[in-house]
Amino acid sequence: MTVSHQLLAAGLDLGYGDRQIVSALDLAIPPGKLTVIVGANACGKSTVLRGLARLLSPTRGAVYLDGKPIHQMPTREVATVLGVLPQSPIAPDAITVSDLVGRGRYPHQGWFRRWTPEDDAAVAQALRATDTLELADRPVDELSGGQRQRVWIAMALAQETDLLLLDEPTTFLDINHQVEVLDLLTDLVRNNGRTIVVVLHDLNLACRYADHIVAMKAGKLVAEGRPSAVITEEVVADVFGMTSRIVVDPVSETPMIVPIGRHHVERAPA
Amino acid sequence: MTVLVDSAPVQASRRRSARHRRWLAAVLMGALAAAFAAAMSLGDFPVPLSGIVRSLLSPLTGLTDRGVDFIVLQVRLPRAILAILSGAAFGLAGITFQTLLRNPLASPDIIGISRGASAAAVFCIIILGWSGLAVSIGAFAGAILTASAIYLLAWRQGATPYRVVLIGIGMDAVLIAIISYIFTRARINEVQQAMAWLVGSLNAARFNDIAVLALAMLVLLLALAPLLRNLDPLELGDDTARSLGAPVEPTRLGLMLVAVGFAAFATAAVGPVGFVAFVAGPLARNLLKGAGRGFLHAALVGALVMLVSDLVAQHLLPMTQLPVGVVTGACGALFLLWLLMASGRSGRVN
Repeated sequence: MTVSHQLLAAGLDLGYGDRQIVSALDLAIPPGKLTVIVGANACGKSTVLRGLARLLSPTRGAVYLDGKPIHQMPTREVATVLGVLPQSPIAPDAITVSDLVGRGRYPHQGWFRRWTPEDDAAVAQALRATDTLELADRPVDELSGGQRQRVWIAMALAQETDLLLLDEPTTFLDINHQVEVLDLLTDLVRNNGRTIVVVLHDLNLACRYADHIVAMKAGKLVAEGRPSAVITEEVVADVFGMTSRIVVDPVSETPMIVPIGRHHVERAPA
Repeated sequence: MTVLVDSAPVQASRRRSARHRRWLAAVLMGALAAAFAAAMSLGDFPVPLSGIVRSLLSPLTGLTDRGVDFIVLQVRLPRAILAILSGAAFGLAGITFQTLLRNPLASPDIIGISRGASAAAVFCIIILGWSGLAVSIGAFAGAILTASAIYLLAWRQGATPYRVVLIGIGMDAVLIAIISYIFTRARINEVQQAMAWLVGSLNAARFNDIAVLALAMLVLLLALAPLLRNLDPLELGDDTARSLGAPVEPTRLGLMLVAVGFAAFATAAVGPVGFVAFVAGPLARNLLKGAGRGFLHAALVGALVMLVSDLVAQHLLPMTQLPVGVVTGACGALFLLWLLMASGRSGRVN
């Protein structure tokens, strides 16, 4: 990756029909970092991601990609810079891994341009990065959940974009596969200098992996910054409506949230 | 960022798929050629293979045999060509809808488009008292009108596949009611004529009909080719397609227009021959085993199903010729049951 691209939202209102979900959001995605958006269900975190990805048009404000309003740019041009993995992509019946990943090459192919060695190289690279090269000939519907998610990430990687937006890529995965996927995203940021934005459910994993965390509540931004700087007991209480203790993650020294709940009383720290 | 990576495994995988596609296309073409030969040869007046070749080449070689030439060139050839063309058109209409709507049940004969043609034809025959070419034109208009109505009713900031299928099935039920109502007001001989049209047959194969269908298919194929490229991302879901930079709604509308065109022209030519559009795509996909989208293969399977069904319809019962729609209907219904049972196990029909 040579150039770092800038993605930012200014005064962004998003909604479906008459229902407004996100209001007056200002957000700048730090380049070359892993940004994680967290918040309770229905707080609008996926909506923000869809807005940033130009999949949802703003009702007010705008999203800017390198200073240009993204909704007015040719969508194909955007697709060479910004890749998206939506929450529930559909794998056609019986499609093979290499065919699926190859479809990430679409924005690089023109009307008359056929499949080239560069396309093969990009697909091979994406399969290697996600450790799925040996699955190339397998039908996607025979893979495990973790493998399938890695294959979808490979599809987005084959697009060879600097910016990558992923909507809850770890949902429905076992804990080991969740860590696997987040490790992979971290590799992509550290080794290739990509800019990645992920919506995550698990607050502890979010704190551990995020370079930059964005906490949302009811369509508004509550806090953003380094997890250790922003995730406090007050913020968790505000965002999730839940009392908790925050301890230091013994492995990564990032904040770790310990919920309290109704059936346990807080004991004084030892 | 072109980091050097060994892309040999990816290349190999792609080549294996391409080989399987070509091999399967060759096998299907071989089968189609065999069925064509059988269609030209079999009948009350069997013609040996050498006779067929001589007859087909007679305009060039001048070696004629009036009796044989009449049977081969005037009776059997138009019938076989019409079967192949209409079968291919139904197959393409079916696989386009099934791929676009991501549902193997979503072929034009299930989601109401063929029924629209039927309702219009029944209206033309019984209420207007038309026959022949006028009925075909009416059926064509009926298919287009029904498809537009389904698309408009399904539209809610884009026509999502699920809504199109549901509204199509509802539309189908409404059209069945209309057809039944028209029948209750008709005289028995009109009903007979309308029923014959509804079953669909190749009995009235004329070179004029063939020329219209062939020309329409040529235009539709030219329109289909560039749209197919955009279908690649569209198959992965609307959001994924948009993020890959594909024009989602224009592609979907264009493909629907082309598919409706294939279904409407084929229906106008041979009647709403049931289930050919429905079975061609899934059969082709099953044979391909994930090695491609299978549009060419679905067209070949559709042509083969139509031609073989017509052979069976003509020769199954001694002294009786069945309309081709009876055979495709009977086989198609069994195929539908099998598909529902098989998908019930794997949960693929969504």
